[in-house]
Amino acid sequence: MRPVSLPSSLLAQMRAHARETYPDEACGFLIGVGPDPTEPEARRILSVERAENTFDGERRRRFLIRPEELRDVERRAESTGRPVVGFYHSHPDHPARPSQFDQDHAWPWYTYVVLSVTASASSAVGAFELDADAAVFREVELRVEPESLSAPSVVEG
Amino acid sequence: MPKTVVKVPTPLRAFAGGAAEVALEGATVGAVIRSLAEANPTLQRHLYTPEGRLRNFVTVYLNDQDIRFLEREATPVKDGDVVSIVPAVAGGSPAPPRTELRIVGKGPAKNRETFSRDDLRRYSRHLLLPEVGVAGQRKLREAKVLLVGAGGLGAPAALYLAAAGVGEIGLVDFDAVDLSNLQRQVLYTTQDVGRPKLAAAKARIEALNPGVKVVPHEVRLSSENALEVLKPYDVVVDGTDNFPTRYLVNDAAVLLHKPSVYGSIYRFEGQVSVFDAERGPCYRCIYPEPPPPDLVPSCAEAGVLGVLPGLIGLLQATETVKLILGQGESLVGRLLLYDALALTFRELKVRKNPHCVLCSSHATQKGLIDYPAFCGVPAPGATPLEEKVPHVEPEALRAELDSTEPPFLVDVREPGEWAIAHLPGAHLIPKGELPERVDELTRASKLVLYCRSGVRSAEATRLLLDLGFANVRTLHGGLNAWAERVDPSVPRY
Repeated sequence: MRPVSLPSSLLAQMRAHARETYPDEACGFLIGVGPDPTEPEARRILSVERAENTFDGERRRRFLIRPEELRDVERRAESTGRPVVGFYHSHPDHPARPSQFDQDHAWPWYTYVVLSVTASASSAVGAFELDADAAVFREVELRVEPESLSAPSVVEG
Repeated sequence: MPKTVVKVPTPLRAFAGGAAEVALEGATVGAVIRSLAEANPTLQRHLYTPEGRLRNFVTVYLNDQDIRFLEREATPVKDGDVVSIVPAVAGGSPAPPRTELRIVGKGPAKNRETFSRDDLRRYSRHLLLPEVGVAGQRKLREAKVLLVGAGGLGAPAALYLAAAGVGEIGLVDFDAVDLSNLQRQVLYTTQDVGRPKLAAAKARIEALNPGVKVVPHEVRLSSENALEVLKPYDVVVDGTDNFPTRYLVNDAAVLLHKPSVYGSIYRFEGQVSVFDAERGPCYRCIYPEPPPPDLVPSCAEAGVLGVLPGLIGLLQATETVKLILGQGESLVGRLLLYDALALTFRELKVRKNPHCVLCSSHATQKGLIDYPAFCGVPAPGATPLEEKVPHVEPEALRAELDSTEPPFLVDVREPGEWAIAHLPGAHLIPKGELPERVDELTRASKLVLYCRSGVRSAEATRLLLDLGFANVRTLHGGLNAWAERVDPSVPRY
């Protein structure tokens, strides 16, 4: 299971998004590279992009990203050599752990970042990847890098 | 055979030999994807449900067009076409927001009344649960629950609600205990045979828990008395055994803004749900019209496995307790289907019908109606409409749909029912909208209309014939007959 690293500014961006959409779930794309040449097993997130939660129903506890939106973001991202490597979403008033629903709808290979957010604060965050054989989520190490270390070592593609 | 390029989504490339694109042969989009999935069981699992249908959260594009707007998997492909598979990304939180019951009850004074030592002992197992505690037990004591029907469903529900400490239990039933009841109605004893059910029930409940106030309503519920009977209660438990009363109870509960806990049984199957028109569908949203009376025998005619209402009644009691306590996820918006023989539970999502005559913003029915007439208790000797209009049996329709000139299939049910299940290739035109939407139907083509049990589609067939359509038939027995005789994977509801 790949550890995931991301600059703290991106985590701040995701948290801001989650606070803005509270009490509804926020969702978005993780764009990056993996493997990193210096650390082949890790995945680096280089930017995040907000998505629209188009779930037809209770957006407090469900999110849905339209396939057209994924397709468009993927196209743009791949043309810059940085594919969509996963998704983030928030759990208003719930822990930063994926739910059964999350697991039932997850795809392998992607990194799933879950942020817990409440009315007064946003706190915990977790990263998960689907174990394709077992069809269950495994938690992966999320390394948040302070800004000064986050010069991306990415080759523009 | 046309050759198409299939773009494999990143997460699945590892299971397609690492390729981002695969060239495959196939005549239709469905055939192409199936041959991709056959290469690897993980691909199969992510693309298809166990029943072999493309998963809801997989969107397929043919050259940038969503195949749901084409002919879905039957869309034909040409040489050089590009098929893209894009996952829809979905997820969510583990549990829904709590729902508090609006307790209609006595004022604050009762709130502060303490429990006796005996009651603290009696309810100790409740008090030990953080989700109940003294506060929750007080809510139970203040709650008033009406059980319509003290038979197969009402009997076990009443027993357990009394054991739980519900303060007031109303019972509506005018029958006497019959020997044949004892196979399942565990509230009664052999000595009670011949005695009015309410008297026997009251004695039994009071023996179990003298703290419960049992209010007998020894009446036949009707449009004249239903609102008055239901009014003082917080929750209605619907344990009726006939359709006119079911609709009556639902309508009265909706008009009075009270939740009703629905349960029904038939032979080896049961259904449970909670209808709260403020937050979800009511009974009519799911079943806008009753089935023809001759199609639904009562337990007396069809038989019922004795243990079945025990389970269903207990599920109703469970939902009632949860509503009172404001704990857990209720069955609002969910229809639980139970098969005792297979011992399976299935759940169907059910939605409020935006055009429900009773509980939607377009509601036209503001009071109670004549329920026996609504349920079509027929005049003696009358032939059902279904047999008077041209009809087609499910097996024959299936053969016609598989032929080279299939009929144009029209589903005349409501959108909520369509969402539960519908026949592939059908077009949804709810019966109420037919008159304004007839232009969507070509008079020359072969039309077949269907609904859930065949009543509405028979009426719609009559309507179209009167409007000059030459070739219209109704599916005899509706989707239920189709599910029974042609395709058991179609859920019956």
